[in-house]
Amino acid sequence: MHPAPSVIIFTTLSGLGFGLLVWLGLGRPDVTGWMAFAFFAIAYALAVGGLMASTFHLGHPERAMKAFTQWRTSWLSREAWLSVMALIVMALYGAGLVFLGTPWTALGWLGAALSLLTVYSTSMIYGQLTTVPRWKTPLTPALMAAIALAGGALLAGQAPAALILLPVAAVLQVLWWVRGDMALSRSGTDMASATQLGDIGAVRAFEPPHTGTNYLLREFVHVVGRKHSIKLRVIALVLGYVLPVLLLLAPFTHLVAFLAVASHLAGIAASRWLFFAEAEHVVGLYYGKR
Amino acid sequence: MTQLPERTEKKLGLVIDLDTCVGCHACVVSCKGWNTENYGAPLSDQDPYGSAPSGTFLNRVHSYEVQPEEGAAQLIHFPKSCLHCEDAPCVTVCPTGASYKRVEDGIVLVNETDCIGCGLCAWACPYGAREMDAAEGVMKKCTLCVDRIYNENLPEEDREPACVRTCPAGARHFGDLGDPDSDVSQLVEARGGVDLMPEQGTKPVNKYLPPRPKDRMDRPAVQPEGDIDVLAPLLKPVAEEPKGFIGWLDKALEKI
Repeated sequence: MHPAPSVIIFTTLSGLGFGLLVWLGLGRPDVTGWMAFAFFAIAYALAVGGLMASTFHLGHPERAMKAFTQWRTSWLSREAWLSVMALIVMALYGAGLVFLGTPWTALGWLGAALSLLTVYSTSMIYGQLTTVPRWKTPLTPALMAAIALAGGALLAGQAPAALILLPVAAVLQVLWWVRGDMALSRSGTDMASATQLGDIGAVRAFEPPHTGTNYLLREFVHVVGRKHSIKLRVIALVLGYVLPVLLLLAPFTHLVAFLAVASHLAGIAASRWLFFAEAEHVVGLYYGKR
Repeated sequence: MTQLPERTEKKLGLVIDLDTCVGCHACVVSCKGWNTENYGAPLSDQDPYGSAPSGTFLNRVHSYEVQPEEGAAQLIHFPKSCLHCEDAPCVTVCPTGASYKRVEDGIVLVNETDCIGCGLCAWACPYGAREMDAAEGVMKKCTLCVDRIYNENLPEEDREPACVRTCPAGARHFGDLGDPDSDVSQLVEARGGVDLMPEQGTKPVNKYLPPRPKDRMDRPAVQPEGDIDVLAPLLKPVAEEPKGFIGWLDKALEKI
């Protein structure tokens, strides 16, 4: 799949932002007034900033409101609803904390649940696609939720929780990669099933429909970056998980905390780039590519 | 509405004969010609006369080489357009309701004024049947020439998809695949028509007729049971071993 910057920025930043909102909704850290305002401002900048970035890959962003209509079947529509509901509920909860110094606990829990469900719905946009075997697994929502919760804990200053969640996310990340590398060959979809010519013999793409490229090849058959995948996986693991854990174990200063968050964000961005760049869409088989 | 209908009254679709297709791409050209000036946004081209031309097509013809375990390789031309699936994954993922499957005839269409151009339907399609138009920013796909098949302004013989109408080899057939007595259903039955990527669970309406077995020049044609080929004894090779000058040459060269 084509690793579009808008979608990588969207899933990375929004995941972190909604992850932080989960922790704020749970009352961790227990802050009020200006401290609460600062935390909520960061969470909203990340969550809303990511959502704004996602509209850049739309052909007609001015019609985005129509995306609220098909929640019965579409995970993308459900994500639109859940994200807006989470942002509204958490804004009310945040207003209570900032202006009245009152934690409306039940509202916070509701906002935390909605924020987590938003991350889940984002992950299901990818996790539902049978056409991309690497994504079609319950591990995809599990990994994205774990990353959001771990990153949120890091940003919320919840070191004990982050020290558990970061290794959990790292294990899920490795499992996701290992499974993903076998996903296409285990999916049962290959050139023989695509063309139904396998009964005659071995199928080879002889000539593509056009000598030039097209939307399908640009969007679904991205193979350029895959040669660096091992290096990028190591970078993602070290920056995203290992280094933040080591920094958390060091004596706390704000600089160390900032470095831990920055390192985590860079690592997750690398992981998310691979998420798209390595994903093989089965339509590539019609072109003899994967 | 992106909920798929429980059932459709008809299952209009195409039957594509891989035995007959000669790979001339006439269907590609006629499809683009009709659809760039009728239903919805035109099918744009980018840099059409430059060094890197690219454009939107609703129908493309691939060519595959198939190598049997023994014997010569076969070249098979493979037209591919929307298969108007019964369980169309492109429809259910659409967030706006722009994509829908018609109850009356099963055609999968895009209402372009509702399309936000998110591209998720193209991601969900295993066949590459949907292409985002780079100029219009909306999703384009085969409409089964919905503006031809019911069009009373056209002569009756033209009321079929442009690709079917133009195919010079008769490799494309159009009809109701939901009616077991229709010509297309009978053809699928007789020739063992198949679904592409059945494991994807899309239940495509369009069917593909596999190539018939090829005859082989290096072995006698397969005889139906009970048939006797009266010429066969006369056509047997008269000599299995080389004789005369060729025989001498063969032996002489062997000895060198």
